Amino acid sequence: MDTFLQQVVNGLTSGSVYAVVALGYTMVYGIIQLINFAHGEVVMIGAMVAFTVINTLAAGGMPPLLVVMIGALSAIPVCMAVGYAMERLAYRPLRRAPRLAPLITAIGVSIILQHLAMLVWSRNILAFPQIIQTSTYTFFGATISSVQIAIIGICVAMMAGLALLVYRTPLGTAMRATAQNPQVAGLMGVDVNRVIAATFVIGAGLGAVAGVLFGTYYGIAQYTMGSVLGLKAFSAAVLGGIGNIPGAMLGGVLLGLVEALGAGYIGDLTDLCSYDWLAAALGSRCADGGHFILFGSNYQDVFAFVVLILVLVFRPQGLLGERVGDRA
Amino acid sequence: MKNSKITLTLLAAAVALIGCGEQKPAATAAAPAAGVEVKIGHVGPLTGGIAHLGKDNENGARLAVEEANAAGIKIDGKAVKFVFVAEDDQADPKVGTTVAQKLVDAKVAGVVGHLNSGTSIPASPIYSQAGIPVISGSATNPKLTEQGFKTQFRVVGRDDQQGPAVANYLAANNKPKLVAVIDDATAYGEGIANEVEKTLKAAGIKTLPREKGTDKTTDWKAILTKLRGRNPDAVFYGGMDATGGPLLKQGRELGIKAVFSFGDGACTEEMGKLAGQAAEGLLCSQAGIPVAAADKKFLEAYKKKFNADPILYAPFTYDAANLLIAAMQKANSADPAKYLPELQKISFTGATGSISFDGKGDRKDAEMTIFTMKSGKIEPIAVIKGGKTIPYAEFIKGGK
Repeated sequence: MDTFLQQVVNGLTSGSVYAVVALGYTMVYGIIQLINFAHGEVVMIGAMVAFTVINTLAAGGMPPLLVVMIGALSAIPVCMAVGYAMERLAYRPLRRAPRLAPLITAIGVSIILQHLAMLVWSRNILAFPQIIQTSTYTFFGATISSVQIAIIGICVAMMAGLALLVYRTPLGTAMRATAQNPQVAGLMGVDVNRVIAATFVIGAGLGAVAGVLFGTYYGIAQYTMGSVLGLKAFSAAVLGGIGNIPGAMLGGVLLGLVEALGAGYIGDLTDLCSYDWLAAALGSRCADGGHFILFGSNYQDVFAFVVLILVLVFRPQGLLGERVGDRA
Repeated sequence: MKNSKITLTLLAAAVALIGCGEQKPAATAAAPAAGVEVKIGHVGPLTGGIAHLGKDNENGARLAVEEANAAGIKIDGKAVKFVFVAEDDQADPKVGTTVAQKLVDAKVAGVVGHLNSGTSIPASPIYSQAGIPVISGSATNPKLTEQGFKTQFRVVGRDDQQGPAVANYLAANNKPKLVAVIDDATAYGEGIANEVEKTLKAAGIKTLPREKGTDKTTDWKAILTKLRGRNPDAVFYGGMDATGGPLLKQGRELGIKAVFSFGDGACTEEMGKLAGQAAEGLLCSQAGIPVAAADKKFLEAYKKKFNADPILYAPFTYDAANLLIAAMQKANSADPAKYLPELQKISFTGATGSISFDGKGDRKDAEMTIFTMKSGKIEPIAVIKGGKTIPYAEFIKGGK
C-alpha cells in the first residue's frame, strides 16, 4: 500500500509539471491551431537560465530559497522574450500559409533553439547546485519532500492563475474571441496580433517556471532535456483534448500517474513466472525464484506515447473534448 | 553546372588543406638522419568532449618516447631516434579506422591507443593485417582482445574483471543479504551489471529482478519506489554518472538506506555535484590504479614536462609506449614481425606496476580500485589484484 501511495505522489509531482508545460501547447493550439513543437525548448531554456543564475549566486551566501526565486524570476523574462521572438519572426509571417508550413517551421525553431543552447551551455549535463535542504514528510508510509510539495503547489497556483486570466480579464476575453474567429474579433476592435503574441508570451512564462521546477527537482539540466519533456506534455495536451485548458491540466496529471504506476508495476505484471501455468511451461527459467520479465521499467517513457496512440484511436477529441468553438 | 564547379573548387581546397595538414614525419624522413628512425604512433581524441583525456593519454606516451630518445637507445648496434606520431580519432569509430590506416601507411613500428573501446575495436583488424602491435592504455571493453588478433594488447583491466571486483568487495565488506541491480540498457551498463549479478549469486547473495532505465533517464522514482518496497541492503547501478547521480539523489530522497554502488562510468567527482549530499558513502570501482598511485618518478617527470598532473590513463599509455620500446630492445629489432613475439612474453615493471600479457593480450592480474565518496571527492579505499583485496594505504606503502 505504501508503495502504491508513493507511486501516486511521484506521479502527481511529475504530472503537475507536465500539466504546466501542456498548457503552453494547448493555449497556442487553441488560438492559431499551431502545434508549437519548440515549446519544449523554451522550457529547456528556462531551466538553463535558472541554472546559470543559481550557479553564480550559490556561492554568495544568500538564503537558498531566495537564490532559487531569483533564478526563476530571471528565467521567466528570458523565456517570454524567446516566446515573443519565436512568434514574431517564425510564425507571424506564415499566419496565412498552409498549415503544414508553420508546423515544419516549429520543428526548425526547436532544432535551432536546441543547438543555440548547446553552444551557450555546452553538451555536458549541468548539475544544479544542491543548495536547498529538503525536508521530507511521511504519511501512511509514503514520503513527500518539501520540493515536491512546492512543485505541486506552484503548478496548481499557476493553473488557477491562468484560468482566472482567461475567463475573468479583458485579455482573456480577447483571447477567447480570437480563438473563436480572428477576423470577427479583429472587426470588433481586438488587436489580434497582440493577443496572439500575448498567448505565446504567457505560455513561455509558464514553460520557464516548469523548466526551473524540473531542473531543481531532478538536479540536472541539459540542452536536450526539452525534447522528451515537450513530447510528453504534448501527449498530455492531446489526452485532455488539445486546445482545452482544463483538459491540458487533467491530461498532464493523468499522464504523470500513468507513467509512475505503469513503470512501477509493469515489471511485476509481465513477469511470466508469477503466473503459475506459464511458470510451469517455462520450467527452469522460473525455477528457484527466477524471473522472466517481458516488459521492464525501462518502458517508462513509452507510456506517454502508448497513451497518445490509444487516445488518437479511440477518442481523437481527447478526454474533455477538443475546443473548436470555445477554445482559448 | 555551376554547382559542380563549386563542388570541384571545394574538393580542390579540401585536398590542398589535407596536404597542409600532413604530419611532420614526411619532412623529417627526407632530411638525412643520423642512425635509424623508428616511428611510434599514438591515437586518441584530441578534439571533442573528452579531448582532455586524449591529450593526457598522448602526453603519457610522448614522455616515454622522449625519455627513450634522451637515453640514446641502440638497436642492432645503431643509434635509434624514436619519432612520435600523434593522431586524432575524435572518439569516432569511423575516424578511428581512417587514422589507423594512415599510421599503417606511414609505416609506424608500433601504436599506443586508442583511448576508447569504440574506436579501438574497429581499428584493431587494420593493425593486425599490417602486423603492427597496438597497446591500449584505456580501452576496457572485453571484446577488444576477444577478437583473436595477435597484435592487440592492453595494459588496463577489462570490464568483466571490474564487475566481479566491485561485487566481491561489496559482498565481503557490506555483507548484504539482498541486492537490487539496475542498469541503463546500454552495452556497458548491462555488461557490468550482469557480471555483478553473477558474482553476487555465486557468493550466495540474493538479487531482485533486474530493473532497467535508459542512458537518458532522469526520473528513477518509479523504479526506486518499487525497490523500496522490497527493502534491499545494497543497490548496484551499471551506467554513467549523468543518470547515476539523479538515481542516487532520488533514492535517498525516498528514504532508501541501502548502500549504493556503481561501476567506473559513475565513479567520478561529477557524482558529488549531481547527487549532492546523497553521494556520500557511495561505493564505486575503476579499472586500473589511481593516478596518484603510479610510480613517483613518472609523476615527477610528467609534472616537469607538461606542467600539469596526469589526469587518468597517462601512466598506462606511458607504460604502453615503454613496453613497445623494451620489446624492440629485447628483440634487437624495430621490425614488428621480429619484436612482436618478445612483446607477447615480456615481463616489465612500469609506472603502473609489473606487466605481462596473457594469450589474448590482456594484462595479467590487472588491478581494480574501489573508491568511496567522501565530502564530494572520490577516495580510493582498496586495490584488488589477483583476487586479493589490498587496503589502499598498504598498496601505496608496499610500492607495488
